Amino acid sequence: MSAITGNKAVGVETIGMTMRFGAFTALGDVSIKVPAGSFHALLGENGAGKSTLVKCMMGFYHPTAGGILVDGREVAIASPRDASALGLGMVYQHFTLVPSLTGAENLVISREKVAGVIDWRKERGDLAVFMDRMPFKLPLDVKVAELAAGEKQKLEIIKQLYLGRSFLVLDEPTSVLTPGEAQEVLGLVRDMTKAGDLTVLMISHKFHEVTAFADDVSVLRKGRLTGTGRVVDLDRKAMAAMMIGDQPIAALDSRAEPKPDAEIVLKVKALKAPDRTGLKSIRIEDLGVRSGEIVGIAGISGNGQKEFLEVLAGQRPRDAGEVMVRGTAYAATRAEARALNVRLIPEEPLKNACAPKMTVAENISFRTFDIDSNGKPVSWISASAIKAFSARLVEQFKVKTASLASPIASLSGGNVQRAVLARELTGEVDLLIVSNPCFGLDFSAVAEIRARIMKARNAGAAVLLMSEDLDELLELSDRIFVMSDGALVYETPIAQASVQTIGEHMAGHH
Amino acid sequence: MDATEIGLWGVPLAILGGAIRVSTPFIFVSLGEAITERSGRINLGLEGTLVFGAMTAYAVAVMTDSPWLGLLAAAAAGLCFGLFHGWICKFPKVNDIAIGIALMLFGSGLAFFFGKPFIKPKAPNLPAIPFGAWSDIPQVQAALDVNVLFLIGAALSLVLWWAFRNTRAGLIVRVVGDSSDAARAMGLNPNTVRLVATGVGGALAGIGGAYLSLYYPGSWTERISSGQGLMAVALVIFARWNPLGCFAAALLFGGAGALGPALQSVGVTQGYYLFYAAPYILTLIIMIATSSPTRSLAGAPGELSITK
Repeated sequence: MSAITGNKAVGVETIGMTMRFGAFTALGDVSIKVPAGSFHALLGENGAGKSTLVKCMMGFYHPTAGGILVDGREVAIASPRDASALGLGMVYQHFTLVPSLTGAENLVISREKVAGVIDWRKERGDLAVFMDRMPFKLPLDVKVAELAAGEKQKLEIIKQLYLGRSFLVLDEPTSVLTPGEAQEVLGLVRDMTKAGDLTVLMISHKFHEVTAFADDVSVLRKGRLTGTGRVVDLDRKAMAAMMIGDQPIAALDSRAEPKPDAEIVLKVKALKAPDRTGLKSIRIEDLGVRSGEIVGIAGISGNGQKEFLEVLAGQRPRDAGEVMVRGTAYAATRAEARALNVRLIPEEPLKNACAPKMTVAENISFRTFDIDSNGKPVSWISASAIKAFSARLVEQFKVKTASLASPIASLSGGNVQRAVLARELTGEVDLLIVSNPCFGLDFSAVAEIRARIMKARNAGAAVLLMSEDLDELLELSDRIFVMSDGALVYETPIAQASVQTIGEHMAGHH
Repeated sequence: MDATEIGLWGVPLAILGGAIRVSTPFIFVSLGEAITERSGRINLGLEGTLVFGAMTAYAVAVMTDSPWLGLLAAAAAGLCFGLFHGWICKFPKVNDIAIGIALMLFGSGLAFFFGKPFIKPKAPNLPAIPFGAWSDIPQVQAALDVNVLFLIGAALSLVLWWAFRNTRAGLIVRVVGDSSDAARAMGLNPNTVRLVATGVGGALAGIGGAYLSLYYPGSWTERISSGQGLMAVALVIFARWNPLGCFAAALLFGGAGALGPALQSVGVTQGYYLFYAAPYILTLIIMIATSSPTRSLAGAPGELSITK
């Protein structure tokens, strides 16, 4: 019996793990060793094979070749059930808790054996005893939907421990957390590995987390193991080199000097709009974005950023207040957006900025297909003009597509975003509204997209950037606001910005 | 004043009696639909199941002379319809609403086909308990003549309300209805759970049908349901998927339905036809009042195709 949870950590080793889907090798001969009680990081870009590897370990996939040792013994894992019987569990990037159930209900029902009629008095008693041994406290009687992201993540981990798992795969566990929450959750997990209760394999792409918490690191690239070793022996540069190889990375333009007296392009005053539950509302008292600056809005998802973006994009009615673009009232009609050169890059571009089954060419031409070169409306749409226009943009923005006539849904995430950028950044741009532009994209695409946004800023566009990635905001913004509980609660120029303070405001501690 | 002459008091009394009488099929169909929808599927075919259940119950009761065997047969027929819906819907790219509409027409059509010979004969009725026997007033006696199925329905709504929180089966249905991914991660097969939930929902709708033909109105005709199965599906939505809410909504709906006949009985001769529309108008008003363009329905199961 060990100190904290009463579980005993197990070590896991993969030997020559190979997974082929048809002719495509997603994973080639990968052997990694995660000793009991260690904290192992798995680094790699999207598509490098990280999730294929862990899915093989968890029994979701049956590897083409290779084997698994658990505590030094070779085992066959044919299904997730086998994995859980061996004490292997996984915390997914997207929550697998049931939102409308309470924490207690979620825990109890996820157990393998549950009585037909649940004796809640007894279960509550057992849960209280179990939670006493846990290093963190959680309200178990509220619906999961009402928990903050950090609490949900903790509950996911608690659930795995409750189920008796002692080897955990954490899939990008901090992607939805504030820096403070991330520190806390990873610190607690780290303590449990130190106490020998738990072995952790963490998928990540954040170097600072790897260096701060992990003992060992393995790096995958294109399905191959490109490096492994003790974290203390490796620096960021070495890890980055293992991760991305020798592909070129777009460099960020140097920041043109901001002009404090530049024209205020976007002005939002006393804006009030209902949020998606309809129970609360978002309130933006006063926000101005000047030409040639990037104003970043930080916040944990679900604090009203999405609603604010929807108001600016004309997708959500507002109760009160005004939105002005260059001194004119702006209601986000197509005509207004065109006249005032307002462009929008929403999050999840395939869902929010594209018609997925229409072709790449058509999607790229959404802003321009119905006007001629003088900006006059046309009655007949010219297919050849659309084709020529989009061919030029595909070339210019390096969109990788099989053909202009492919449906845009067939492109990879990075290329969909490039196509949307091509559409939104072509022509005059006075105001650019961007939300989570790099979510889920790989290294080179991220660098390129950030470079494009910076370029637009330097060319004089006013940019409003909403992002859940604080590193992105710190890299790009001239000023940062924090949005919490539907309001802008904190503002700082980039020179004085501190992750600590921003994180505290994101968590609503002020 | 004569004891039988109770004047305007007849109206609330008739509404109460009507609520109890008319609401029973709504209670069963909406509880059945609540189970199905809580598991993440919509079965619009319950209207067809209701009609087919009414026919089956009546036919079996005529042939065996036992209303209880008729009731069982209706439940079994409903179970088959529900399982059929659940089975078809497990295939990818099948739309549960479209299948429901098909089954609604199929169930009614099949009931008319098999039900032709049973329009004439008289079947034994389900028993009622005379809770009004203490009174001399015939209106009170009539209003408080409560069928056993109403009592079973009331008990069932309590049991379901309890079971959704306190039993493994209840929690599993809620898990599957709220998140297929979470269910799969737990090793549950959403299709199996939904199959069972749709089957149970169908069986309850069949029982609702048996009430129609074996108690009130108490005979088998082709116009027996007139859309009650569909209205019950709407009731589930404004009851917010809560079994107790379904019971209350069914009572409210039944009471509104009794308004027209009640007014007629006290001598209102003009415009009472309009009051026959009261339940539908009430449904519309409640739906409009409780909906909002800017937020999603509170309490709606996350996997339901209408709320996605």
